[in-house]
Amino acid sequence: MKTWTFFLAGLAVGALTFGAARLTGNDYVFFAGYVVLQSVVLATAWNILGGYTGYVNFGSSAFFAVGAYTTVFFYKTFPMPVPLLVLCGGVVSGIIGLGMGYLTLRLRGAFFAIATIALLVVLQTLIVNWTYVGGSRGAYIIRPQSVPLLGSYIQYLFLIMLTLAVVAVTCARLIERSQLGFGFAAIRDDEMAAEASGVPTLKLKLIATTISGAFMGMAGAPFPYYISYLQPSSAFVLDYSVNAIAMSMIGGTSTWLGPVIGALLLGTLQQVASVTASPAVNLLIVGLLLIFFVIVAPNGIVGLAQSLRARMRR
Amino acid sequence: MSELLAVENLGKKFGGFVALDGINLSVRKGERLGLIGPNGSGKSTFVNCICGTLRNETGSVRFEGALLDGKIAHQRTRIGLARSFQLPRPFMTMSVADNLRIPLLYTVNARSGPRITSGDAAARTHELLALVGLEAKALHRPSDLTQIEMRKLELARAIATEPKLLIADEAMAGLSQSEIDDILKLLMQLNERGITVILIEHIMSAVMSFSQRLVVFVSGRKIADGVPTDVMRDPDVVRAYLG
Repeated sequence: MKTWTFFLAGLAVGALTFGAARLTGNDYVFFAGYVVLQSVVLATAWNILGGYTGYVNFGSSAFFAVGAYTTVFFYKTFPMPVPLLVLCGGVVSGIIGLGMGYLTLRLRGAFFAIATIALLVVLQTLIVNWTYVGGSRGAYIIRPQSVPLLGSYIQYLFLIMLTLAVVAVTCARLIERSQLGFGFAAIRDDEMAAEASGVPTLKLKLIATTISGAFMGMAGAPFPYYISYLQPSSAFVLDYSVNAIAMSMIGGTSTWLGPVIGALLLGTLQQVASVTASPAVNLLIVGLLLIFFVIVAPNGIVGLAQSLRARMRR
Repeated sequence: MSELLAVENLGKKFGGFVALDGINLSVRKGERLGLIGPNGSGKSTFVNCICGTLRNETGSVRFEGALLDGKIAHQRTRIGLARSFQLPRPFMTMSVADNLRIPLLYTVNARSGPRITSGDAAARTHELLALVGLEAKALHRPSDLTQIEMRKLELARAIATEPKLLIADEAMAGLSQSEIDDILKLLMQLNERGITVILIEHIMSAVMSFSQRLVVFVSGRKIADGVPTDVMRDPDVVRAYLG
């Protein structure tokens, strides 16, 4: 399928989802759906770096928070419509991603992962001490009661996140099938051999950290409008990082489809659990599922399906 | 014949261990050079320094007259310096054919000249696989290959970069005589097409039949350089090998 066809098909699926959600007549569906879609974007973004090039990033929440705080900053200095704020959040987080790539260019494996956690701590400290964006007290965002055409504001945010999810997934799929994706895979498999084959590994890694960071920031940009009160501890939570990793791993990291399946499955499960059981059950579910998949299907759901299909063909 | 590779006073230390100690070497265009030496004599370090995998501490490397200082590995590959790794390092999650696609996309296409389209690339990978006798395994993963087939893939991936100089680092270790002959024939063919070859090998029969010139390393130093038959009679070489 051509990228444009895929993108349009994605938009069509999105439109159907939106229509179905409206039919329920319950705004809570949008509240819960927003979080699930946010997970799709975060997991897809994580996978561009973590799945394609093999660099495990534990700092997803830092990029997410940078996107969110970019919105808070512009809310106070130069108010803009949310779609533009999404772009701004993407640009700022992309630059942070590029910076992270430069600073960690010699680190691999566990050392890279540790450095990304350090980034999370450093950025959080910075925000906590920056009173203009609320510091440790947090910042209030007053969102409009309603928007024209759609009615409730949450539906508007839902629609933005839905569009962003389609864009992120299309972008991930495009990368996966392009020369860039081939280069990423070569880096993941063997960086030294990739260099020897002419792959400019540093340049490609920087592209990956930038794109991945940008999408995470985009996912975070509408967040202050979603919760209307943003404090550092609600944006810089490790949960986002862990979820992004777990969702990609459970779905399967080698294709664009893996994080989508993982995020939809785990995200929905978490939403259902926080309503029916308690919000604290969320992380328990993530932990148990992750252990289960690491043991039973280390390549995730997509990997499991691929190997089953290969076995049937033989 | 003009000079292709000029190595001057190349030195490399690992902590207190001197791996390379002032190596001078000149390789002419189209030459077939054999490089031998006992284990730990610095052959692989030498290759790594030339190809940019490791950084030399002293000395310089020139390729076609241009200084390579500061050029990183992929840039050296792109100007025509290719190497195979002593222990094969295939891209494990890709098919055998896709393993060869990487150098086509990232090295050949990065040079000026006609770009390889995806159709060309398919034909080219097929041709390369036929050259090393791996056509039947094109769609397999490297993990399905035998050790010998992996060595062939390693060599094919280096050839795919369309190099001017090919450094084959122990491409034949563990192979049977007929397989060695296959690889030698392949390297000869490449040499006839104008590719300069440096062969690093322990199998003496292969080195002797292939090389026009033989260089011997012992503990990071070059102790002999010349016509293979003369070098083998050199008392220093005899002492290094037989004690």
